[in-house]
Amino acid sequence: MSKSSWGYLLLLLALVAAPFVGAYPVFMMKLLCFALFASAFNLLLGYTGLLSFGHAAFLGGSAYIAGHAMKVWGFTPEVGLVLGTATGALLGWLFGLLAIRRQGIYFAMITLALAQMVFFVALQAKFTGGEDGLQGVPRGSLFGVLPLQSDLTMYFVTLVIVVAAFALIVRTIHSPFGQVLKGIKENEPRAISLGYDTHRFKLLAFVLSAALAGLAGSLKTLVLGFATLTDVHWTASGGVILMTLVGGLGTLSGPLVGAAVVILLENKIGEMGHGLASLTGIEWFTTLGESVTMVTGLIFVVCVLAFRRGIMGEIIAFLQRTRKA
Amino acid sequence: MTISLPALLSQLLLGLVNGSFYAILSLGLAVIFGLLNVINFAHGALFMMGAIVTWMAMNYWDISYWVMLVAAPLIVGVFGVLIERLLLRWIYKLDHLYGLLLTLGLTLLIEGAFRSAYGVSGLSYDTPDALTGATDMGFMMLPNYRAWVVVASLVVCFATWFLIEKTRIGAYLRAGTENPRLVEAFGVNVPLMITLTYGFGVALAALAGVLAAPVIQVSPLMGQNLIIVVFAVVVIGGMGSIMGSILTGLGLGVIEGLTKVFYPEASSTVVFIIMAVVLLIRPAGLFGKEK
Amino acid sequence: MTAKFPLSALMFATLLATGAAQAQDKVRIGFITDMSSLYADVDGKGGATAIQMAIDDFGGKVNGLPIELLSADHQNKADIAASKAREWIDTQGLSMLVGGTTSSAGLAMAKVAQEKKRVYIVNGAGSSALTNEQCSPYTVHYAYDTVALAKGTGGAVVAQGGKSWYFLTADYAFGAALEADTAKVVQSKGGTVAGGVKHPLNASDFSSFLLQAQNSKAQILGLANAGGDFISAVKAAREFGINKTMKMAGLLVFVTDVHSLGLKNTEGLLLTTSWDWNLDDASRAFGKRFFEKVKRMPTDIQAADYSATMTYLKAVQATKTLDADKVMEYIKKTPIDDFYAKGVVRPDGRFVHDMYLMQVKSPAESKQPWDYYKVVSKLKGEEVFTTKAESKCALWK
Repeated sequence: MSKSSWGYLLLLLALVAAPFVGAYPVFMMKLLCFALFASAFNLLLGYTGLLSFGHAAFLGGSAYIAGHAMKVWGFTPEVGLVLGTATGALLGWLFGLLAIRRQGIYFAMITLALAQMVFFVALQAKFTGGEDGLQGVPRGSLFGVLPLQSDLTMYFVTLVIVVAAFALIVRTIHSPFGQVLKGIKENEPRAISLGYDTHRFKLLAFVLSAALAGLAGSLKTLVLGFATLTDVHWTASGGVILMTLVGGLGTLSGPLVGAAVVILLENKIGEMGHGLASLTGIEWFTTLGESVTMVTGLIFVVCVLAFRRGIMGEIIAFLQRTRKA
Repeated sequence: MTISLPALLSQLLLGLVNGSFYAILSLGLAVIFGLLNVINFAHGALFMMGAIVTWMAMNYWDISYWVMLVAAPLIVGVFGVLIERLLLRWIYKLDHLYGLLLTLGLTLLIEGAFRSAYGVSGLSYDTPDALTGATDMGFMMLPNYRAWVVVASLVVCFATWFLIEKTRIGAYLRAGTENPRLVEAFGVNVPLMITLTYGFGVALAALAGVLAAPVIQVSPLMGQNLIIVVFAVVVIGGMGSIMGSILTGLGLGVIEGLTKVFYPEASSTVVFIIMAVVLLIRPAGLFGKEK
Repeated sequence: MTAKFPLSALMFATLLATGAAQAQDKVRIGFITDMSSLYADVDGKGGATAIQMAIDDFGGKVNGLPIELLSADHQNKADIAASKAREWIDTQGLSMLVGGTTSSAGLAMAKVAQEKKRVYIVNGAGSSALTNEQCSPYTVHYAYDTVALAKGTGGAVVAQGGKSWYFLTADYAFGAALEADTAKVVQSKGGTVAGGVKHPLNASDFSSFLLQAQNSKAQILGLANAGGDFISAVKAAREFGINKTMKMAGLLVFVTDVHSLGLKNTEGLLLTTSWDWNLDDASRAFGKRFFEKVKRMPTDIQAADYSATMTYLKAVQATKTLDADKVMEYIKKTPIDDFYAKGVVRPDGRFVHDMYLMQVKSPAESKQPWDYYKVVSKLKGEEVFTTKAESKCALWK
């Protein structure tokens, strides 16, 4: 346990130092939000074994509510974040009630359908601004005293919140509750026969996952100043699945790595394409670089076929093997 | 807004046209899921390929629509066979969900490739000459092409249903769905059957694409909007039930059309609401069998 | 587990890859527009070409610093536009933002420009809110806006006898603004609005919307959309025979749309534009140069991109600074006079210049490819944009 703690400490130090060595704070904050989103999602998929194809509803739904609260109702940021998290939890509870009874693919389909409904509500509702999105959400002052306009201040506040949420996830995994979840994932009938009310546990996991996803969405709105349809579109649900898959299902650090890889890819693929093209002289790399979609698709395919444990999963397995040798 | 009979009838007719697409696409999906147990997320992208391949043929080589009606499904069907042989067969032993994820990745790949070649705005595609013009139905002018779409779709759907439910090949397919080992023991080449089935399902999607090209804009993302609705259709109808998918597809198209008359804003959501309700009451779908 | 060390290393590498702010070694102009979707032809990559032409014609340098053009595709998403603009300003030392076709993106970019104090010249985004409710000291609305389009086309169609209207509107800021402004004009001239329906941006099938339009029994079908949406709507209207019972009024039409649809499908259509390549010799000269590079004639947005870049560079040269406040002050008091337009930029940021009411020629009248318009009348700048009385902008009181 202590060895991994050292690893996390180092990571934390790196994150604290980042803006001072030249990292772009807004980009880092976006990364942190998605890392939280992926970790929340992993709680449900990697540890409870439920694939939700509708997590965008929690990310985006909370983003809109939090944004509206801060912009139109004039609440301070921490209230906005709390409202957003609560929205995620509520949506998660509603989705969960409808979906938990079903297994596997049907569960995924229901979550997708419900998320689509949330999407269309977001499209039609006046307050979301439809295609235009909810723009101009103010940063405000945290608790009314700490102004958040400065990117640096916002960054550290974001870091604290994300670290706290992540710590919560870690605690949950290692708690008795988390053990039951793992048991359900591995063999649900057995868990039932042992007397556990698996439906209740699954629902609780769903709500927790949705609430934290909601926190990620609200935080993102606060940082970037807007909430748009991209946040509730099913491609966002697909994106978080990819992040978790690439990083490593069922590992704690996997989603963090996955989020970093995917976000980096999305933003820098253009430059990477150019770089590879000039290096190798093959023009096609530039075209590949311009298509984030294609690269994402390629990674999905490769991961499912050959790389199912994801980056961290493979690393951990490798280390365990070498330890045994 | 007063609901007039012409308004109602015209939207219903349009709904029937949309329903025809839903029917063919959900048919393909149902067939693939029935035998392969794979949720073919790439169905939308393959539908798009059918349309784009037709557009390319018309634009670059002046090949007629009627030729492409047969050629495009064949071409895309072969592409589907390649997908199955090279990629899909490795994941049959795994959880269903990996099939979904793999085909999701394929969708992104295919759409991304065409998108970088052609952008996202529509590529124009004219109606074939024999089908231009419209018939005056009294309450609206119905473009002849749309009537053709409904007729063609019904013919294809019925033919597929007949093939699967009433012929010997269809019997092998259905048997293979229930017990592949036993069927193999009888000497039927099950892996080949699986490959061909996937190719067939894909060809159906491509055919829908060729039919759709003059109606909706041909664009690399044309499948994306459709596929989620088609999923809902398949779930409502019941995965693995052929007739279920056809009827549900047509029915939902009509319901969508009706919604457009009374409450247009909800027309995109109504399919999902129905799906949520059906899943609560009849989890296996309206016509499905629990697997 | 030592697994976490590679994790930290990866994270660290990530951080360094994200880039830091750069010193002001170049003058950077940022161009963000729709490069791949329904508006790609009316601005898109051609717009970037036009801006580069302006940079080259200016000499490639201003105040001793080289000029660099950055361009990006916002895919009609306001969040991508805003994020890109912010990133360029924070990490690339951007001094001028231009473009923004698609009003939702344009409005988002205007907010970023206002927050970060950078000059933003809008071409392509039509919403009149840019110089009205959402005006900013750093926004210059250069080409056209929905008020001008409404007064131009809307007024002319009503004058011709088109009294009852039904709107087919793109469901976002631009469509809503265009519909609202046109409805106001129609009603002020004694016409009526029978109703309207909103369609999603980049819709694939207009049939059900058009049938609703037909059922309204209005005389005029007002198309409050543009680019790919406009083209699809016109095609579908012909397919369903709507054009036989209703007359179509295209509220924002570009020469590329007419080219795509063909003169057969568009002859007689009335439209309002800020410029056409065939207007005079100077315009034709620009059109020819542009055509050599892009193989299509420029739309008025693309010409506006060129002109806007020139205006900005001249202002920077005259004030000898990149400070947005000083540059904006210069722009607002210096008249603009080039092949694109002649006029002044008002305190609210609106560039006031004449607009043209055009009619699409019949195939017989057109002498060469891209010769599509004939001038019906010239609309004076002072009359065709928002007036002081109507304006809600605090900068212009």
